[in-house]
Amino acid sequence: MNVSLQQQRDDRARQDERDATPPFARFIDVQKSYDGVELVVKGFNLDVHQGEFVTLLGPSGSGKTTCLMMMAGFETPTHGQILLKGEPINDLPPHKRGIGMVFQNYALFPHMSVTENLAFPLEVRRLSKAETKRKVERALAMVRLNDFGDRRPAQLSGGQQQRVALARALVFEPELVLMDEPLGALDKNLREEMQYEIKRIHADLGVSMIYVTHDQTEALTMSDRIAVFNDGIVQQLAAPETLYEAPENAFVANFIGENNRLYGEVTETIGNTCQVRLDSGETVLAKPVACGGIGSRTTISLRPERVGLVLNGDSTAFDNRFRAEVREVIYLGDHLRTRVSVCGNEEFILKTPNAQGQPSLRPGQSVDIGWSSSDCRALDA
Amino acid sequence: MSGSPASPLTTADGVPLKVSLRRAVRRSKLKAFLLVSPLLLFLVVAFVMPIFEMLWRSVDNPEVSTHLSRTVDALEGWGRETLPGEEAYAALAEDLREGQQARNLGLLSSRLNYEKAGMRSTITRTARSLGTLEPPYKEALIEANANWGDLDTWKLIERESTPLTLSYYLAAVDRQLTPDGEIVRAPESQRLHVNLFWRTLWMSLVITGLTLLLGYPVAFLLASLPLRYSNLLMILVLLPFWTSLLVRTTTWIAILQSQGVLNDMMVAIGVIADEARWQMIHNKTGTIVAMTHILLPFMILPLYSVMKTIPPSYMRAARSLGGRPFLCFRRVYFPLTIPGIAAGGILVFILSIGYYITPALVGGQSGRFITNYIAYHMQTSLNWGLAAAIASILLFVVVVFYLVFNRLIGVDKVKLG
Repeated sequence: MNVSLQQQRDDRARQDERDATPPFARFIDVQKSYDGVELVVKGFNLDVHQGEFVTLLGPSGSGKTTCLMMMAGFETPTHGQILLKGEPINDLPPHKRGIGMVFQNYALFPHMSVTENLAFPLEVRRLSKAETKRKVERALAMVRLNDFGDRRPAQLSGGQQQRVALARALVFEPELVLMDEPLGALDKNLREEMQYEIKRIHADLGVSMIYVTHDQTEALTMSDRIAVFNDGIVQQLAAPETLYEAPENAFVANFIGENNRLYGEVTETIGNTCQVRLDSGETVLAKPVACGGIGSRTTISLRPERVGLVLNGDSTAFDNRFRAEVREVIYLGDHLRTRVSVCGNEEFILKTPNAQGQPSLRPGQSVDIGWSSSDCRALDA
Repeated sequence: MSGSPASPLTTADGVPLKVSLRRAVRRSKLKAFLLVSPLLLFLVVAFVMPIFEMLWRSVDNPEVSTHLSRTVDALEGWGRETLPGEEAYAALAEDLREGQQARNLGLLSSRLNYEKAGMRSTITRTARSLGTLEPPYKEALIEANANWGDLDTWKLIERESTPLTLSYYLAAVDRQLTPDGEIVRAPESQRLHVNLFWRTLWMSLVITGLTLLLGYPVAFLLASLPLRYSNLLMILVLLPFWTSLLVRTTTWIAILQSQGVLNDMMVAIGVIADEARWQMIHNKTGTIVAMTHILLPFMILPLYSVMKTIPPSYMRAARSLGGRPFLCFRRVYFPLTIPGIAAGGILVFILSIGYYITPALVGGQSGRFITNYIAYHMQTSLNWGLAAAIASILLFVVVVFYLVFNRLIGVDKVKLG
């Protein structure tokens, strides 16, 4: 507990420090259109600070990869500016940007050995043979592949290829590394292992990273900040905890983590809470976040783990209480996932810890459930 | 489990699994074989058998042993130092008389004439005077034609009495046998084929190089354009296949001849004078231009199929690692296209050294290929043995190139489209 508190304090201190220095890489009002008809990226703004790990998260086709490609120099912004260390780089060709990049399918040169792949960026920079050798060896050691230098990429497993790609993007010591869904092709266990590996290297080297993924777990575990993309727009740019705990709109709430939704109309606002009459007739107290004034439609978002069972008629725990009917119980070891029907929603999910004192539920059973109005966010319709 | 060799696996009713499996797939195997058998039969009749026929004909040597069988028998044990005795001459007279009656001396006289000029008339004239010949035949035949008194004539008959001969191959590489069996170069005026072989190889290399030079950028464009544009371009590449080869070749005549489109244009814009029109057809230039055009798709398609498999991310990765565009091309893209270059190269080269119609139409004298001489020997000089020998050498060259290619690149890497 103490450790994590200390960690949080450190993080905050680092954050403050970052805010004081000018951003390392910036997107200013960047727009991109491929066909002159539709905008793929609509007004993208992002500041990446020195040493920061920023993730662009979103469904496929949301424009996140395009933003990465514009930073790398493979696409030109249709409008807006991209700055690197304060300098505009819109017209700088990719090879002069000095940005490391890891591609989705690694893009290791198949006709070169691992060592030759790693030496490539050093050779084009005309480093001496000895210097090249030293740096290649160091990079291989960093990804723990010291003995694999003579192999061809095809002789490596997916995870090893991924490490080589990472080492190659870092071997010439770029200050910014871009990653385009680098773990997409790996299986689940390897993916988790590589997440820690990348995180460790990021912490060791202190480089800035921009990471593109559509996997929200990956984004949550790795990032300092996450920009959630949808439809060419950043829906929310915030630290992982904020995104999860305090999503600003319905898309973010849905995209990050699991989410129960209730639809209704705002009927009253009292201080920090508002009253919403659901379409099914019930009234719910919620925290107004992105809903309009009285009379406007709203989506209420509620995390499954914030819904509790009301035991022994205890009326004080929650300010929202409803009678629900259990539809399905799924045993998941450490917790139970219960699907209930409440407030006209047949797909309402409860996550309850598999702890002592929890009643066992059976389908068809009626049960009282409740949640606190502060966990229940009234968002846009 | 019952995987031990002592108890082979059986199906539920006790039949060994392998037997059961064989029975199960027999029908489908038979069906597959029946489906391909028409083509198989066609290939055997129209391709495999002619090739063996050709190889056989290039060494087959039946004329002397068939039509001079008595003479050949009589020459058994002959010392080759002096003219043979009377019995050989008598046998010769008998053989010629029989050949005269059967009217098949033509083959024999042509065959001997390939080896020794003048033999055709020697045999024809002797045969004509056979009626008046009286024993002793030795004097009578020598009187009838002095060639019969030449020791070399008899050495030749003895040498060519073997059922197989190498003399067609020797002729195909401008060599010949002396009467004493030594291999020497043919007289200067008769040396023809080796130059033609070299010219064919050299011009094929030039054509291959040109198709590569012209085809590489097109293939690159095809592989990197978005699908709807690349489809259109692909149609343009394939368009020549839908046009007759003859039309494409004769079109080049219309363009390149001295009163042709190109010369007219050059004169009109004043690049060349009217009396100094370029000679671009019926020579090497004509052959090279027309064949480069005709064989271009065979270079583009293998290149394209290889380039298509190179993800654009390789070049992007190379650029992001700091390589200038040309360096990235040289170090990353180009090496990956080598299988395509090799495939297209070997295809164009092999097609090109065996090309006939285009060099025949636009090659003139200096732009002819060895194939045009194969046709000449088939159709005009009727020396099929020599034609077969030249064709076999060509086949051998192709096989050697193919094997080298397979060794270096691997045929399995070749894909068309």
